[in-house]
Amino acid sequence: MDATDIADPDYFHKVVDCQYACPAHTPVPEYIRLIAAGRHADAYLVNWHSNVLPGILGRTCDRPCEPACRRGRVEEAPVAICRLKRVAADYKGDIRDRLPVAPEQRNGKRVAFIGAGPASLAAARDLALGGYECVIFEADARAGGMVRTQIPRFRLPETVIDEEVGYILDLGITLRAGTRIDSLRALLDEPFDAIFVGCGAPRGRDLAIPGRAEAAANIHIGIDWLSSVSFGHIERIGRRVVVLGGGNTAMDCCRSARRLGGEEVRVVVRSGYAEMKASPWEKEDALREDIPILNFMVPIEFTHEAGRLTGVLFEKVAARYDDQGRRELVPTGEPPEHIPCDDVLVAVGQENAFPWIERDIGLTFDRRGMPIVDSLTLQSSHPRVFFGGDAAFGPKNIIWAVAHGHEAAVSIDRFCRGLDPRQRPAPHVRLASQKMGIHEWSYDNAVSTDQRYAVPHRAKPEALADIRAEVELGYDDRLAFAEAQRCLNCDVQTVFSARLCIECDACVDICPMDCITFAADGPEDELRARLNAPALNPDQAIYLANGLKTGRVMAKDEDVCLHCGLCAERCPTGAWDMQRFLLTTAQVEHACRSLSPA
Amino acid sequence: MTFLPKPKLHHPELPTNAIGLTRRDYEGAISTLCAGCGHDSISAAIIRACFELALPPHRIAKLSGIGCSSKTPTYFLGQAHGFNSVHGRMPSVLTGANLANRDLIYLGVSGDGDSASIGLGQFAHALRRGVNMVYVVENNGVYGLTKGQFSATSDRGSKSKKGAVNADSPIDLAGLALELGASFVARSFSGDREQLVSLLKAALLHPGAAIIDCISPCVAFNNHAGSTKSYDYVRHHNEAVNRIEVITGREPIAVDYAPGTTVAVTQHDGTVLRLRKLAADYDIEDRSAAINFLESRRREGEIATGLLYVEPGAEDLHTHLGTLETPLNALDEAALCPGADALAAINAALR
Repeated sequence: MDATDIADPDYFHKVVDCQYACPAHTPVPEYIRLIAAGRHADAYLVNWHSNVLPGILGRTCDRPCEPACRRGRVEEAPVAICRLKRVAADYKGDIRDRLPVAPEQRNGKRVAFIGAGPASLAAARDLALGGYECVIFEADARAGGMVRTQIPRFRLPETVIDEEVGYILDLGITLRAGTRIDSLRALLDEPFDAIFVGCGAPRGRDLAIPGRAEAAANIHIGIDWLSSVSFGHIERIGRRVVVLGGGNTAMDCCRSARRLGGEEVRVVVRSGYAEMKASPWEKEDALREDIPILNFMVPIEFTHEAGRLTGVLFEKVAARYDDQGRRELVPTGEPPEHIPCDDVLVAVGQENAFPWIERDIGLTFDRRGMPIVDSLTLQSSHPRVFFGGDAAFGPKNIIWAVAHGHEAAVSIDRFCRGLDPRQRPAPHVRLASQKMGIHEWSYDNAVSTDQRYAVPHRAKPEALADIRAEVELGYDDRLAFAEAQRCLNCDVQTVFSARLCIECDACVDICPMDCITFAADGPEDELRARLNAPALNPDQAIYLANGLKTGRVMAKDEDVCLHCGLCAERCPTGAWDMQRFLLTTAQVEHACRSLSPA
Repeated sequence: MTFLPKPKLHHPELPTNAIGLTRRDYEGAISTLCAGCGHDSISAAIIRACFELALPPHRIAKLSGIGCSSKTPTYFLGQAHGFNSVHGRMPSVLTGANLANRDLIYLGVSGDGDSASIGLGQFAHALRRGVNMVYVVENNGVYGLTKGQFSATSDRGSKSKKGAVNADSPIDLAGLALELGASFVARSFSGDREQLVSLLKAALLHPGAAIIDCISPCVAFNNHAGSTKSYDYVRHHNEAVNRIEVITGREPIAVDYAPGTTVAVTQHDGTVLRLRKLAADYDIEDRSAAINFLESRRREGEIATGLLYVEPGAEDLHTHLGTLETPLNALDEAALCPGADALAAINAALR
């Protein structure tokens, strides 16, 4: 097979599975090492640079990094990356004097943002630091978007939102709160050089089944209800509550209901437990609060009496899979089940809604009513209008919104400077040896065998008594250190120089994971099968180097490498070296460049 | 030398052998030898050979003398019995242990200093007595622990790291073993893992005195231009006479070679050593031919490796002495100390 081109930043980036999986490409192992070193403020700033909202994301992120974490392929559970991020936020102290300030001399360009959610905040931060005048329009009274309105306070305290939203707004960004944009045409007529649409997916899907209208008083749309709870408009719910839907909103609804007087709260889901959209940990949190999750039940009717809801009628279904593995839910034929209740929360999905965008202003929509947006630049068919977050491609999550914000900011910056937004600036990449001495590395290369540590929770009676009491207490210092030590430092790369190798096999013998093989070359598929340990994970690359004296090749399966550096310690000639790979995605010029980790 | 212990985590697909152990279960403490030492490769080959033969580690006794080589038993088979003896005296201790308990598998590990200098007499007698053992000489042709003097196996004309040229004639331990009557004589190279593992497996199954003279480059003091025991030199001058495949009777023969190119040696305990000949006219069972062959290769400056000689009907010391089948530690006191009457009877028989 072809020799690996390690000069291509993508190669080593892929080895850092967590960073590669993160939409914002946060350098995860970098900040985890800083946490282990007790440098919480530095760890926070690494995060702030790439994901803008570390304290918020450290509590609410969907964590695409964790299923990708190499640790999960080596033992049972990945590193608790998300909760370590929170540790950085919790213990950082006062970092205000370390945050960058917007340039005094602005560049004269003005950008409008619609919605003050995570996508707009991320884009506005980058552009404000780049010298742009940023104006955010927000329909609600305060900035934060769904982070503030939909995520319950027992998962995310208000103080955290205020602090992190504040850091951004303090960069000289104008917030026009309580201002709903009703016409994009009107906004285009105002003197803005570009407009960023980050309005989210604000409409909760309804359930049009019999009884909906009659029992309307006790049937609530999940995200609207959460928002009313968040703003204190709703403080009570009935004793018996049925939550319809299996996503994270449903989990937030049921747990909120438990705190507002719901004693018998049930979640009822069409699909099976495993296929539910909610994150596994959110399902566990709901179960822990005595909320049963009932699966394979499809609501067919809201029952009511004298204009008052009495319950929901469900049809029982079973999953059946066709030849293509497509799932179909088929009725089992059992009699429908009636679940009596006082209130229903409908959390069966969210939709985009753009009634305020005129269809004749040069912004094209597809058949599903979604704007046509370039996935690379986030530019719409109207060159001055950019999209991001849920508004761009439908409901995703906060970290995707942040990533969109960064990318859109780069596009807007290029557009405003008359450059082609499709030409993307290259990431900043550093690769530097970590060797300090014969057996000394500037990272802690001992591999911890500890299992994942659980985050301590507030006692249940106490947690259920107050909707504003945060359930997760976060790791303390000791737990944070122990959990941080589980990180395998996948960003410290094994770098091989064939011309130095004497083929003594020392690295092969010491490697605890049998990653390294010296063998005759061959096509990749065939070579993968005859390595010291067959490389069966096609998603993980084989690092191949040729140019050895015997004519063989060095093939390293990246899949389960512990990055323990023993290959480099045992190498008599320095043919193996451990080099830290630090990739930071390009942001708007001058945008907190000084913050990138040293 | 590494300060970190090797992490306990292992490959999720790590295979197990017939007795349910993984290769990692055959490892020992982490090596404290210089990084890149050939001896570590030999340790790894021993680990693999024992794993592949599914030998229970606690039924193996590893014995050694003094030197870099003799430190290595710490680095493999952590669950085996070990004895680190006096310099050059490993063969005597091994002989004694073997006489006391013939049920264990004996693995003697020594180096060129330990076996060819201070322990040459011990080396000779253990082999000529036919002690059932595997005797591995980790031969680097240099005194590494004392920083690079020539050893008794250094070739005449080879250069030390400091530039001195060796004037003394070398001892060829494989040649000597042939003279002395060892029933399994092989030479290998620590840098040829496949060959070494198969030779070790064959030697472990050989019911007699088996010796492997294994060239093992010293990266610190004998891996330079002018050395005849460096990685580069051995790789360029290695002339393998055969490739060996050990058949324990369980697994079917996997590869078909052209007729006439393979030879099977059935040992008297039933194990079959199947050899793929690389030198077509080489007769594995002809001791004098082997001696001549070694000499001719040496004249050419080549290093003959592979299984050089095997005696199919080999017998061991216990057979020669007609000793009891039962190990001494399994005999009761009455059998071990038969008393004054028994002694009197023996004395009477000698009058």
